[in-house]
Parts: sequence; C-alpha cells; structure tokens
Amino acid sequence: MISLTTPFTEAKIRALKVGDEVEITGVLFTGRDAVHKYLHDGGALPPGVSLRDSILYHCGPVVLKDEAGRWKVVAAGPTTSAREEPYQGAIIKQFGLRAVIGKGGMGERTLAACKEAGCVYLHAIGGAAQVLAECIKSVRNVYFMEEFGSPEAIWELEVERFPVVVTMDSHGQSLHREVFAASEAALAKRT
Amino acid sequence: MNALQESLIELIRRTSAEIPGDVHQAILSSLEQEKKGTIAESALKIIDRNIALAKQKSQPICQDTGSILFYVDCPVGFDQIAFSETAREAVRQATKKGFLRQNSVDSLTGKNDGTNVGPGAPTFHFHQHRSEETQVRLVLKGGGCENVGAQYSLPNEKLKANRDLDGCRKAILDAVLQAQGKGCGPGILGVCIGGDRATSYEFSKQQFLRTIPDRNPNPELDHLEQDVMRTANELGIGPMGFGGKTTLLGVKICAINRLPASFFVSVSYMCWAYRRQGVTLDTEGRIQNWVYV
Repeated sequence: MISLTTPFTEAKIRALKVGDEVEITGVLFTGRDAVHKYLHDGGALPPGVSLRDSILYHCGPVVLKDEAGRWKVVAAGPTTSAREEPYQGAIIKQFGLRAVIGKGGMGERTLAACKEAGCVYLHAIGGAAQVLAECIKSVRNVYFMEEFGSPEAIWELEVERFPVVVTMDSHGQSLHREVFAASEAALAKRT
Repeated sequence: MNALQESLIELIRRTSAEIPGDVHQAILSSLEQEKKGTIAESALKIIDRNIALAKQKSQPICQDTGSILFYVDCPVGFDQIAFSETAREAVRQATKKGFLRQNSVDSLTGKNDGTNVGPGAPTFHFHQHRSEETQVRLVLKGGGCENVGAQYSLPNEKLKANRDLDGCRKAILDAVLQAQGKGCGPGILGVCIGGDRATSYEFSKQQFLRTIPDRNPNPELDHLEQDVMRTANELGIGPMGFGGKTTLLGVKICAINRLPASFFVSVSYMCWAYRRQGVTLDTEGRIQNWVYV
C-alpha cells in the first residue's frame, strides 16, 4: 500500500504503476457529466478554485446538512468514468490534473493524456459508497450547486486514507486494456 | 402519515441500506475463492466492509440509489391509484431522509428537482392475484449497471450467433465481455429470450426478483444459466474488472414467446450492490413480513 498526500507532484505520479494500491490523504474535487461538458465547452472554474496538481473524482455524492447547517457526505462512491472519455484528456491537460478517480476505466485518449501530462487514473471500488464516505472528513466547499444540482456539483472534499487502485498509469499501461484483451481471447476459445 | 406510507419508507430504507442475505452470501463465497493478496481480493474486502457499514449506519450501500422499481402483487379490487400516490410521497420522504439520492432528472431541461418523483419515476408494475395478500417488492438499480445492459437481435453475424440456444449463449457472454468491470461486478445477469424489445427488457429485469441460489425449473434454461455462469467466471474479468475469478455471482434466464420475425436476447446487468427487498402488508398497510431475509 502506497500513501500519497495532496497536492501531487509529477514525480510522485510518474512513480505509480498499474496494479499499485494507493491511499490518498488531502483534498479532492468531485466532477461528473455536467462539469466535464461545461469545462470542455470553455467554462471557467469558480473564482479561487484550481485543479492544478490535484484530483478530479467522478462522483455524485449524497450530501445532507446536519442540525448545525454543516454539510455531511453520507454516500460517495465513484460513477462510471467512460462517459467522460470525450472530455477527459483535454481537461487533464488544460487544468493540470494529476489524477482522476472513477470506476470502470477510460479509453485511449485519456491514457495518452496521462502519459503526456503526468497523470494517472485511479480506480475506486464502485458501489462502496459507505467505506469511501467514511474517508471523507469534511466538506470544504461546494460550487455550481444551483446550476447543476447536488450530484453534479463540484464538491471540494477533505479525505483521509481514501483507497484506490492504479489502473491506468502515466507510462501508457492500462489494466482495462489488458483485462479486455485477455478476456476476449478466453471467450473466443469458449464460443 | 398513514401506515402504508410509513411501511413504504421503511421498505425503501432497508432496500437501500441492506443487501439481501443470499447476495451477501454469494459475495462472501467469492471472497474465499479469490487469490490472496490480489487487487480482486482487496476489492471484495472493501465491498464486504461496505455492506456491513451501510447496514450499521442505515445509509445507502451505493450513492447511486438507482431506478426505483416497484413490483406490487395485489388482490382484485386493490386501489392502484391510491397506492401509487402514497408510494410517490414515500419516495419524496425517503429522499429527504437521505435513503435515496436526489437522482431523477428531467430529460429535456436537465433539471433535478430533488424529489425523485416525475414522469416515469418511480416505476410501478402491478400484478393482480387471487389472494387477499398485498406484496410489494422493490428493486433499486443503479445507472452504471443499467448502462451496460444490452439487447441482441439474432442472428448476429459478428458473434456467429444463430437463432438457437447456442446463439443466445454467445449473445449473453458477449454482453459480459463488453461490460467488463463497468457495471460494478461481480454482477448478476437477468436475461430474457424472446418478446418484443420492450417486453423482453421488462422480463429480463423481473429475473432480479429471483434469489441467487434458486434453480430454473426449465432444464434447458437451467443448463444455460449454469453454463454462462461457469464460462463467464473463466474469462478472468474479475471484481471491478481488475482481473480475477469472480466475474458473475448469478445468471437468471427466462424465455417468452416471440414473433416468427423477431429473436431478441435482452441482458440486464445488476451490480454487486444488488438492492432487492419486499414486504407483505396487512389490510391497513402495515408490514407483516419481509420477503427476502
């Protein structure tokens, strides 16, 4: 298990390889369909927000306000990343992301952007909303709540020991591509 | 609040937070099978921890609380309109309490009014029966697994799938291959052979009302279920598509009549966070029994 703390550096990210299990401590930003389309279409981040050297998490959390009016994340697993494939590569390069967290993996364009810009794709366990919500220690901010609604908003979250697996590294390797090829060959022998 | 509404809120809470015993058992068995020290094993351990935590905290197992599918078996004369109104209100309340995410979007405007109630949401399937009992079963099916569902029209040249059971097998296994880990595997397949397109998908989803260890009473379909299950687990896709031994936890197949011109194979994929629960209600709408223990 590798422990990493945000903000990331290129060197830390380049050291990661497919199959590494990582625990992240620090800050991450959520962003899913609406955010990707918005940023890709030339939309600006809210004032004071920078994604440089940080993490974008494909997640639409369930967030409630407690009696004191503080946000509390009650469920926060990853959403399917493949939908962001048309946008992700450009966003990684333009905003200087060092990591994307999601589930299900992404395609060749994202993989190429990871290699070029020094970024990785980290796979969280899909559906593990409670284990992952436990790792979220506080909500620092929320942006675009009015425009996009709660699941699609950008949530700025403080996390501790958030567990992920490197499935696409910055050296052109993808576990998703490997497993697909192997399973396709295995199926060909059985049909 | 009337008793029925209270019962339905409790049904939603429990469905969202507690996985049925048969599903948990299947996950524990797969955990034993995976090789120690692999990321497949780690994934299943986190899944198992998540199941316990969600139950203990009474919070959603997965943040995608999914399409809300009610299956209601009711006596003759049952007021379906009143039931639907009460259930829609129960969904609103359950959403406010955080048992359901604000998860329903107007397809034209893109707006999410935060209630989970709107055209086609939630969905009701009423079945009359000649019994005084009312049974309400609920399936919450997330979008990730819904998106990897697939419908095949046979023959399919690319898959060399003809209009026979072997062709069905090829189509179903192709759906597993294409899904990889994107549907949050290990998954469960609900399959329907035949029907028109819409009915076929509908019946494929109804297969999720069956329990994992049950066996198909039709020997041919039972054989196909076992075969697809065994073959899929030899493909090495594994939990989350990380590679490993457990790609599927179950396969459930039904067949309905088709037109001579059509031969559909509809595959619905259910994620490991297989949220299915049900209650039988007394005449006042109070919970008498839970359907899945």
